[in-house]
Amino acid sequence: MKTKNNKAWFLILPVLALVAISAVIPLITVVNYSFQDSFGNNEFFWVGTEWFQELTQSERFHNALQRTLLFSALVLLIEIPLGIAIALAMPRKGFGVTVCLVLMALPLLVPWNVVGTIWQVFSRVDIGLLGYGLASAGIDYNYTQDVADAWITLVVMDVWHWTSLVVLLCYSGLVAIPEAYYQAARIDGASRWSVFRYIQLPKMKRVLLIAVLLRFMDSFMIYTEPFVVTGGGPGNATTFLSIDLVQMAVGQFDLGPAAAMSLVYFLIILLVCWVFYTVMINYDQAGQESTGGRGHG
Amino acid sequence: MATIELQNIAHQYDPQGDSAYALNNISEVWQDCGAYALLGPSGCGKTTLLNIISGLLRPSEGRVLFDSVDVTSLSPEQRNIAQVFQFPVVYDTLTVAENLAFPLKNRGLPKSQVDRRVSEVLAMLELTHRAHNRASRLSADDKQKISLGRGLVRTDVRAVLFDEPLTVIDPHLKWHLRTELKKIHREFQHTMIYVTHDQTEALTFADKVIVMYEGSVVQIGTPPELFEKPRHTFVGRFIGTPGMNVFEVNLQGHSAWIGNQEIKLDRSYELIDGPVELGIRPEYVALSPSEGVAARIVAVEDVGRHLVVRTQVEDQTVNVIVKEGSAIPESPHLVFSPDKLNVYQNSCLAEPKVL
Repeated sequence: MKTKNNKAWFLILPVLALVAISAVIPLITVVNYSFQDSFGNNEFFWVGTEWFQELTQSERFHNALQRTLLFSALVLLIEIPLGIAIALAMPRKGFGVTVCLVLMALPLLVPWNVVGTIWQVFSRVDIGLLGYGLASAGIDYNYTQDVADAWITLVVMDVWHWTSLVVLLCYSGLVAIPEAYYQAARIDGASRWSVFRYIQLPKMKRVLLIAVLLRFMDSFMIYTEPFVVTGGGPGNATTFLSIDLVQMAVGQFDLGPAAAMSLVYFLIILLVCWVFYTVMINYDQAGQESTGGRGHG
Repeated sequence: MATIELQNIAHQYDPQGDSAYALNNISEVWQDCGAYALLGPSGCGKTTLLNIISGLLRPSEGRVLFDSVDVTSLSPEQRNIAQVFQFPVVYDTLTVAENLAFPLKNRGLPKSQVDRRVSEVLAMLELTHRAHNRASRLSADDKQKISLGRGLVRTDVRAVLFDEPLTVIDPHLKWHLRTELKKIHREFQHTMIYVTHDQTEALTFADKVIVMYEGSVVQIGTPPELFEKPRHTFVGRFIGTPGMNVFEVNLQGHSAWIGNQEIKLDRSYELIDGPVELGIRPEYVALSPSEGVAARIVAVEDVGRHLVVRTQVEDQTVNVIVKEGSAIPESPHLVFSPDKLNVYQNSCLAEPKVL
């Protein structure tokens, strides 16, 4: 018999208090704002769902949402395959492992605003190594004026900053595969591709799920780096949801619409993560159910 | 199927460093269709030897021959062997049938042939009803059957190698799988080599057991040979529960002296240099109230079927197996069956003097 002591619940009180202060109470404040309008002086008026209705028709919001989704899609499409490829190419033993791991970890250690500053300077046409180099090579590049250049700069910067995370996660998945799998594959005459397709990729699935979720959430909420590099420009070309939100809340002090937008933003992230998670986990469970079903048949 | 010949195989894992040899100069010929077991404690080099035969490892020295053809530089795939590992290896995302078809597809066999072979092997392993289940969802013993099945689907496989394949299998299923392995061996006459540190597994599976110790083969024999006439004190100690009693004696003609007590031998041995030891199985030692060598009882262990009596004779331990319920004398003496006594010089079995 296990002795049960319900007093143990008291042990989680500090955590509850902390989470309440750090997350629940601010969130409820935001929910509260989203149904009201304010004209300064701390005066608030109830407006019902007006801000949410406005948001669904707002072109500004739709455009920012599309830009953010496009950015996340590009980042995932590049970083995940690239990360897997680099992890596969990394050495498994010897001195090289430490060197590679340290090199990989370096970009992750740089603070976000510093990353932004580095790339802002690096890409400048007048003094930046990259910008000046490209211009000297006769390539018409200017991220402050050209939309495509601004996007390329931001995507390349994010790839530089975050691919390492995918690499490290994949690498940890790869080194956890027992040697016997590779030996069995050699005996079965498997090609390099088959080894990847039937051993490495399935064994990396769990860490890949984490990588996809993390990279989606981070890229979907990206703020500091584009703010420092492009400031959302040229025009509104790189104004992502986060930048738009801050402009609305802090720049224009439209607390109501900003609160409504925050909530929608939050729900979108939750929804997309849930979809990713369900799709990737379902793949696993489909196998389980078919075993259960036919196993008894 | 193939006859496997090893010529002066030696292996060092780190040839640059001064690392010890994992294998020292092994030369063996293993007959076609035989069932061999490589038995030895952990770290004795048995897995190294197996990987050298399968081609996963290239020996530092020596040659491997299959049917008199040198295959030392060939890959496992080219050697066409099958290997079952300690932990079941299955391709998680594939079904049971797809797992079995995998090696055949990789070798580019036509689909009709693949399907026929796969259904044959599924029937042989009694997995037909699970053919379309995802392999990752099976139990450990079914997974291990798939690992074996991937070797058996290839009709032309030259040898099937096992690297402690029953380690992760539940005890009650071990018997079942071992029986099935024997059955498959009888039916298909593959050359099978089975690595294990479990003597029961080795003795029940194999026609010939190869006992390894510190990178060398110390004895090859049938299970009765290993039991009755261990060629090395290590083999005697390693095989049997408890292992053979080995104790130091002074040898003079027909007599062995332990302290000032005499043990009569039925054969005479030359006086030889180096430490001399007497070996006898606990099964062949009897307790007597007066006759034989005086001993002191240290402990009595009841192992269920019989008692193991641990005694000391002149500071040397001798185990005796006694029937359950038999009386243990007050002042015990040990009686050794003379024909079961083995004499060892420098740990190796000594031959009696021919008169």
